[in-house]
Amino acid sequence: MTVEDLQELAEQEQARQAKFSHRLMYCSAAGCVSCGSLNIRDMLKKALQEKNLADKVEVIGTGCMGLCGEGPLVKVLPEGTLYQRVDEAAAKRIVDEHLVQGPIVQDNVVDITHPFFAAQFKIVLENCGRIDAERIEEYIAVNGYEALARVVTEMQPGEVIEEVRKSGIRGRGGAGYPTGLKWGIVRKVPSDTKYVVCNADEGDPGAFMDRSVLEGDPHRILEGMAIAGYAIGAQQGYIYVRAEYPLAIERLRLAIKQAERVGLLGNRILESQFNFRIDLRIGAGAFVCGEETALIRSIEGRRGRPRPRPPYPSERGLWGMPTLLNNVETFANIAPIIRNGSSWFNAIGIPKSTGTKVFALAGKIRNTGLIEVPMGIPLRKIVFDMGGGTPEGTEFKAAQTGGPSGGCIPAEHLDVPVDYESLNAVGSIMGSGGMIVMDSTSQMVDVAKYFMDFCKDESCGKCIPCRVGTVHIHGLLEKIAAGKATTDDLGLLEELCVMVKETSLCGLGQSAPNPVLSTLRFFRHEYEELLKQPETFVPSGNGNDPTTH
Amino acid sequence: MAIVTLTIDGEQLSAKDDESLLQVARQHKIDIPTLCHLDGISDVGACRLCLVEVEGWTKLAPACTTRPLEGMVVHTSTDRLKKYRRMIVGLLASEGNHQCAVCTVNNHCELQNLAYDVGLLYVRVPYLYPDKHIDASHESFILDHNRCVLCTRCVRVCHEVEGAHVWDIAGRGIDCEIISDLNQPWGSSESCTSCGKCVLVCPTGALVKKGESVAEMEKHTEFLKYIVTARRKGEWISVDTDEE
Repeated sequence: MTVEDLQELAEQEQARQAKFSHRLMYCSAAGCVSCGSLNIRDMLKKALQEKNLADKVEVIGTGCMGLCGEGPLVKVLPEGTLYQRVDEAAAKRIVDEHLVQGPIVQDNVVDITHPFFAAQFKIVLENCGRIDAERIEEYIAVNGYEALARVVTEMQPGEVIEEVRKSGIRGRGGAGYPTGLKWGIVRKVPSDTKYVVCNADEGDPGAFMDRSVLEGDPHRILEGMAIAGYAIGAQQGYIYVRAEYPLAIERLRLAIKQAERVGLLGNRILESQFNFRIDLRIGAGAFVCGEETALIRSIEGRRGRPRPRPPYPSERGLWGMPTLLNNVETFANIAPIIRNGSSWFNAIGIPKSTGTKVFALAGKIRNTGLIEVPMGIPLRKIVFDMGGGTPEGTEFKAAQTGGPSGGCIPAEHLDVPVDYESLNAVGSIMGSGGMIVMDSTSQMVDVAKYFMDFCKDESCGKCIPCRVGTVHIHGLLEKIAAGKATTDDLGLLEELCVMVKETSLCGLGQSAPNPVLSTLRFFRHEYEELLKQPETFVPSGNGNDPTTH
Repeated sequence: MAIVTLTIDGEQLSAKDDESLLQVARQHKIDIPTLCHLDGISDVGACRLCLVEVEGWTKLAPACTTRPLEGMVVHTSTDRLKKYRRMIVGLLASEGNHQCAVCTVNNHCELQNLAYDVGLLYVRVPYLYPDKHIDASHESFILDHNRCVLCTRCVRVCHEVEGAHVWDIAGRGIDCEIISDLNQPWGSSESCTSCGKCVLVCPTGALVKKGESVAEMEKHTEFLKYIVTARRKGEWISVDTDEE
């Protein structure tokens, strides 16, 4: 395939789509599929046949459209009307009323001028809800693989890295390491064999950003990885995806096959000298395998246990070779950066945190789902304008970002801008994009206990502070929640948390105490109240998983 | 290989840059406590007892896997480090069922010695009293999980020196356990050569010889030095040979 062939393919697909008067996009991501969107697809097709519209209207499965709490979702293109909670009757009405007669079905329509949609800025999720994730032609028709074509035909590897560096993008896995800098380091390490690895082992409870991208726009990841491969001098990429994401795995497999068939992966990509292959590696679901050194070991077929760094994977990674390891969302940003230029990307967000960030809104909030917002947006805007605030009759208490590695941000810090440095300053982290909102009914000791329970189960057991420390921290939290703890126990809890944080081997242990430390910082009185009144003790909360609605 | 100069506990030293901080410190009689480290097998940085402070670094560094750098200023026994070491040994004591009085390696036990060295007078966290079992199926040796500290010395010596790779780790977190041959009884292991290296390097009474009474068994870890002299010294701190 040449660059001209690619353009021709795009034009053919655009012409094919132009033949249809409407395109009905039903959400085929895991959330909507689980509430019956495939059944809705069949209903839509049946209704279209009844009205003899089957060859005028196309029914397409697309990626996550964001409002996951109100699924199944159906979008009508070209108008862009979005319908929520589409059941069989509503599906029939969409065809009978909207498509045949014209007026939109008011009962199910979603107000897309609501800040939940209007305040979003979509780069990573731009194709979710817009294309069929299972057809490469649709991705190509919306400028897909254009960036890769430009890179392999017009740009030197150094120029690609310079462009990524100038865009200011930082790692979306959570730590925020400058991506361009990382690419530059791997490029400079002399080696004939290098690897590109995509970390798709998204494991934070309540987080599903990466899954949505993989399910809704898999080619975007392949393109980003291929560009990275060209830039650092690698010919092989691996996507490490967890087995709990069967749909993402299926779509990735299909996407790789399609890209290989048309010559966008494999040998001599777009008739250039550049060869690049991508293989999948399925993780067995250990949270620690999201840690880069453990992930690499797991790809090698060994037990996923972290090792001390340095040497960093950029120097000695997969099979001892220099390895570039980035998160799904990072790779998803690469093609738009190349296509639109670094200065376009640079202008989004704030100077030190450029671009956008995808968050999975969950917990005690009216609008749950997936949002993509420009960096630097105030937290208040996300929670109250976009999320619609906490349910009726309750008050906002805290927002938890960064999952089991992050912290709780209390109401007094609601105006904090959502960027790497500001979130650190209030004791939380950007993290990979989980955001759990808690209201006045949430007990902070329970929240801390929930995350510590998760960490103690997911500790690999290699280093002593994490293996044993997390068990004791969890035990102390249980004791406090049960009203049996003393002031000494609280002191010991704090000491253990600091010790586990400072002495653990990998990021899991080093960040595991964060939920406890941050709730102690802002909600210490809740811990102390449980200590003070043992005689009038009321058990705290219901011990529920705070990620549930 | 290059020579670098650095400061450890106020002492100006020169060191080869392919050694570990731990090696450098020990050559100069600066004692840093260790548990998972053993001369002759690779280092994994797991026990966290050898953590040291390096000026200008935000994180503590394990001396066993950190290489000396020019101008580095290292502190090996600050109050903070001493406290953490005491807490780590305390966590180990709480994790297993360590009954010294009835142990065959009583008074020859590295965990016991560590407890003395770090000044562990009492354990502040509650004992977990885990329900562990004993594997006495091997004709010459016993594996007592109650006394295992999961240092993985046995795993590494068997893989790296004996070349049999009998031992592995199964499970996660607090449920981790040493297993032989895909979790079969040690006595039925087909890969075990009964060489006894794992027993000799085990720091506690988790791996012991049969037929010895309380406090009778002494461990010998020095033999490894003579076996592995043929290996390049640099490999000792290679993190890639760790085949857990």
